[in-house]
Amino acid sequence: MYNKTIAELAKGLRSGEFSSVELTLAFLDRIKQHSSLNAYITVTEELALQEAKAADQRLATGDAELLTGIPVAQKDIFCTDGVKTSCGSKMLDNFIAPYNATVVEKFNNAGAVMLGKLNMDEFAMGSSNETSYYGAVKNPWDINTVPGGSSGGSAAAVAARLAACATGTDTGGSIRQPAALCGITGLKPTYGRVSRYGMIAYASSLDQGGPMARSAEDAAIMLQAMAGFDPKDSTSVDLPVPDYTVGLNNSLEGLKIGLPKEFFSEGLSNDVAVAIEAAINEYRKLGATVTEICMPSLKLAIPAYYVIAPAECSANLSRFDGVRFGYRCENPVDLTDLYTRSRGEGFGKEVKRRILMGTYALSAGYYDAYYIKAQKIRRLISEDFKRALSEVDVIMGPVTPSTAFGIGEKIGNPIEMYLSDIYTIAINLAGVPAMSVPAGFASGMPVGLQVIGNYFAEDRLLNIAHQYQQVTDWHSHAPKGFE
Amino acid sequence: MSLTVSEVEDCAHLARLGIEEQDIASYAKDLSGMLDLMTQMNDLDTDDVEPMAHPMDQVQRLRADVVSEQVNREKFQAIAPQVEAGLYLVPKVIE
Repeated sequence: MYNKTIAELAKGLRSGEFSSVELTLAFLDRIKQHSSLNAYITVTEELALQEAKAADQRLATGDAELLTGIPVAQKDIFCTDGVKTSCGSKMLDNFIAPYNATVVEKFNNAGAVMLGKLNMDEFAMGSSNETSYYGAVKNPWDINTVPGGSSGGSAAAVAARLAACATGTDTGGSIRQPAALCGITGLKPTYGRVSRYGMIAYASSLDQGGPMARSAEDAAIMLQAMAGFDPKDSTSVDLPVPDYTVGLNNSLEGLKIGLPKEFFSEGLSNDVAVAIEAAINEYRKLGATVTEICMPSLKLAIPAYYVIAPAECSANLSRFDGVRFGYRCENPVDLTDLYTRSRGEGFGKEVKRRILMGTYALSAGYYDAYYIKAQKIRRLISEDFKRALSEVDVIMGPVTPSTAFGIGEKIGNPIEMYLSDIYTIAINLAGVPAMSVPAGFASGMPVGLQVIGNYFAEDRLLNIAHQYQQVTDWHSHAPKGFE
Repeated sequence: MSLTVSEVEDCAHLARLGIEEQDIASYAKDLSGMLDLMTQMNDLDTDDVEPMAHPMDQVQRLRADVVSEQVNREKFQAIAPQVEAGLYLVPKVIE
C-alpha cells in the first residue's frame, strides 16, 4: 500500500481496504527497515498512531478530507508543538517547539498523520544534505550519492516510500533540486502563497514552503491544504486559493513553452540535456509550441543570491543567542562569551560561512556595493521573467546541470556547490512558482524537468505536469530495493 | 577580490560568532571566492534600476491593535537554557 498515491490511499481508506492505523504502521515499519538512509531526524511513532486512530474515527463518521489518515512527514524546519524541531542544527538539537507552524496546523486540521521530522541541510543552507548536524542523507537511487538539498530528507523519504508525501522549503532550489535528484515531484509555490509562520527563517524574502510528492496530482492535493492567507505571516499574500485539482485534466493544446537559451548552454551535462529534450518533445505531442527565449540577467542570479540570502540569514540567525532557547555553551565568563561561544559551537561551518558573508555584505562601506547592487540585479532578473512570461505561458528547462553527485564530492568546495544551483536560484529571486517533474533517467539516475510559471499560476503548472504524467510513467518508478 | 584574516575576524566579531583560530584562513579563502563571484555583478549597468527588496514589492501590512497572542511564559521558558523566577539568566553584566 506504500506505493499508492494520496488519491489511491484516500480511496483505500474509504473502501475499508486498510485503516489509517494499518497504513501508518506499514510506513513506520518501512522507516525502521530503511533507517540507514538517514531520512528522518525524529520519528513520532506514538503521536502518529494517535493521529491515525483519530483519523479512522473521522473516516468512520464521514467527516474526512482527502488528507485524513494519510501519513505525511514534515521537514524539520517546520515547528511542531511538543516535538523536537532541529532545523538540522546542533543549535536546535534540544529545541522542543512550543507551537505549530501554520503548515503543520493545516495538515493537522485536515486529519493527516505525521510520521516524523525529516533530515535537511543545517538551517536549509546546502544543496546536498551534507551540512546537517545529523549526517548526510543517502539517495535511495544510489546510496553513494546525495539526495540534494536542503530538503534532502523529504525527497529521499518520498522516493523510498517512507512517507506518502512530505513538506519541503525552497529558498534557492531546496524543493526542486532534491525532487529532481530523487525522481519525485516538487513544487515551489509563488512567494507568499504558503505561510512562513513557524517555518524557521533562512532568507525571508526568498523562503517558501511547498509540497514534495510522487505525482503532480498528489502535489495539488497537498498544496490545496498548505496554501492560503495567514495573518500571522506578514508577507503572506491575501488572495483566494483556487481549486488545484479541478484543472489537472485540461488540454495542453496551444500551450506556449519558452526555453531560455541560458538554460541550455555550457555546464549542462549531455545526458541531462537529452532527457530534457525528450520531455519537451512529449509536450510537443501534447499540442504545445516551443520557442527559444532570452533571459540575459539570469547569469547573475548566483552572485546576487549569494549576497541577498546570506545578508538575510545573518539578520535572521542573530536570534540564536543562547539565552531564550537552543544551545548554550558551558560556563560562559561574560555575556559576549555567552553569545560568541554558543553561536560558534552551535552552528556548523556552512552556516557560519553565510553569516560571515552576510555580515560583510551589510557592513558599513560595502552595503551599496554588494547588497544594493544585488537588489538591483534582482529587479532585472524579475523583469526578465515578467517579460518572458508575457510572451510564453511557461518556461521549461533542467532543474540541475547533472544528476546526483557523490557524497563528499563537492562539500569541500562551497563555490562549486553553489554553482550547482544555477537553474533554480533565479526563480526565488523573482518569486515565481516552479516545479520539478520526473523526466527520465541518465545512467540510472533521475532527471528533473523544471516548469516555471507566472505568479500564482500553480494550478497551470500542476496541470502541465499532470498531463505529462498521463503519457509518461517516470514519476511512478521506484528505486531498486524500495519498490 | 580577497578578504584578509583580520576582515574575517571583524565580521565574526560583528556577528558575535566564535570561529576557530585554525579555520579563519579557510573562511578567508571561501569568502574571497564568493566575492570574486560577486564582482560579476559589476558587468551590468544598474544606475537607473530600483533595488528590489521583495518579490511582490509589498509593503508591511497593518493590523488592528488588539491582543492576539496569549502569554505562555512557563511553556516558553521551559525550553530556555537557564531561568529563575520567570527571568532568563545570563552572566552578570553590571557589577
